[in-house]
Amino acid sequence: MEEARILVAGDSAVVVEFGNEISPEINGKVKRFYSVLKKRNVTGVVDLIPTYRSVMIHYNSRQLFFFEMEAIIKDALQESGSLEDVPSRTFKIPVCYGGEYGPDIQDVANHNHLTVEEVIDIHCAKPYLIYMLGFLPGFAYLGGMDERLVTPRLTQPRTKIPAGSVGIGGESTGIYPLESPAGWRLIGTTPIKPYDPHREVPIIYEAGDYIQFVPITPHEFKAISEQVKAGTYKVEVSDGI
Amino acid sequence: MGFKFERSGPMTTVQDLGRYGYQKDGFSVSGVMDRRSAITANFLVGNEAGDPVLEFLLIGPRIMMTSDAVIAVTGGDFTPKINGQPMPMYEAVAVKKGDRLDFNLAIEGLWGYIAVANKLDIPLVMGSYSTNMKCEVGGFKGRKLKNDDEIDFREGGRSGLEFVGHTIEKEYFGDMKKDIRVVLGPQDDAFTEEGIKTFFEGDYVVTNECDRMGYRLDGPVIEHKGSADIISDGIPYGTIQVPSSGKPIVMLTDRQTTGGYTKIGSVVAVDMPQFVQSKQGCCIRFVPVTVGDAQYELRKYEASLKALIHEKATAEDIDGVTEIKRQESAQKGKKKWSIKTLLHLN
Repeated sequence: MEEARILVAGDSAVVVEFGNEISPEINGKVKRFYSVLKKRNVTGVVDLIPTYRSVMIHYNSRQLFFFEMEAIIKDALQESGSLEDVPSRTFKIPVCYGGEYGPDIQDVANHNHLTVEEVIDIHCAKPYLIYMLGFLPGFAYLGGMDERLVTPRLTQPRTKIPAGSVGIGGESTGIYPLESPAGWRLIGTTPIKPYDPHREVPIIYEAGDYIQFVPITPHEFKAISEQVKAGTYKVEVSDGI
Repeated sequence: MGFKFERSGPMTTVQDLGRYGYQKDGFSVSGVMDRRSAITANFLVGNEAGDPVLEFLLIGPRIMMTSDAVIAVTGGDFTPKINGQPMPMYEAVAVKKGDRLDFNLAIEGLWGYIAVANKLDIPLVMGSYSTNMKCEVGGFKGRKLKNDDEIDFREGGRSGLEFVGHTIEKEYFGDMKKDIRVVLGPQDDAFTEEGIKTFFEGDYVVTNECDRMGYRLDGPVIEHKGSADIISDGIPYGTIQVPSSGKPIVMLTDRQTTGGYTKIGSVVAVDMPQFVQSKQGCCIRFVPVTVGDAQYELRKYEASLKALIHEKATAEDIDGVTEIKRQESAQKGKKKWSIKTLLHLN
């Protein structure tokens, strides 16, 4: 049986937690458990949210009591087998760093005793695994950020930030696909739209893909923005990592 | 033909009980803020619990009827009027083409609801009628209503005339001090013993930073053991996030699907209507309850509600219903029931 903590999250949700760190191993357990539960299609379960190290199960407490849900979870943990690897792709995402595009980049640099240039170099050094989508449609939680960039979230979240903002929150980094309230430190902005409800595929990437950030100048930002608006910009995608 | 909005009000949307199945992609659930009032409105006109309703905030709409309808108005008190005359709330009412419905500033509560027996002609998007304003998806054109918008009723919809006169006592939302029950977890272990004590003993006041995503409360700082951040995971309805400021934020229907602040506990479903209907300045005291008790009470309440309005639910496996049925026969002929009695409040 897979080791996991079963945590009450109100009277209509429960969290099954596989550990307290971000690692491909723990995320693998999440994916396996998620696939087992999804396949079982349990009556009364209304939503499953797989995350870095846990699965949140939303259930209708009019149909299932917590003790019944707990038994279903324990049974699924028994089965929790292995998943086949899904082929991944790498998306090259252009980002304009610092200044008005990334108002908190100096805070990230100061917190980690780095220069702004070093923050940019480290942030763009390698591709990031998309561990999960959540928070907003198409918001990708990326794994593998360099420890030298770890910076706590803001004490009070901002009430509104623009779509395309790239930020750092604790050990995580990612892109905000929509205008939104946000607690992360903003280090840059991408001119591309990871989420567009009017596009045939509203969300360009999925869990298991990789994102590679590429630094651009404010001039390039404006040029790409116009191409995006005109619908002529194509995000560069390659197979594998 | 249906409703013509002469004045839309600041935040009038079409909602149902929420859009489930897409939280894994990051789509918010959306749906009505006060589930009980919306379900009650639907039951009063003979609809299913999940039929689309109109929801409005603080200032209601002014509506010109462009066809006949049977409607019920529930939730906060917006002193509704038909052609300038007071309109009964929590009652199925027949309205005529050419009638004007007017909802003013809420004198009590925050959210109002209108259900229509004829049913609103709203397309089902990803399994739901709810408006997701952020994603511009669902409800009426994916947005809140504007002046001069018109929502049609479904063609061939039933009239609902047989439900006219069905009524239930209005739930009162205007108390400025409320006890709201909470199930602890999933990160209650991130708080000190003192922090948990503060949470349950302190008075938390509803601030003006309140919307469909969540309500920020102000009150004594809830002490964390260490960090207020966690590795981001799912956010349930009614959960109480405590960021490092130590001030709670209760997450509601337009909440994001995942987030990285510690969650001390969650308001239970049966108390959510009272919570979301609390105006700025309302003083909240959180009271602990077990998950089993909370779930039992919700089922008992909802079964009773349906039984009272339709007098057609059977005793099934729920004790509450038998109890209510007995009361019913003792008060033969009396069709008005109290929600407070059902909830064992006060």
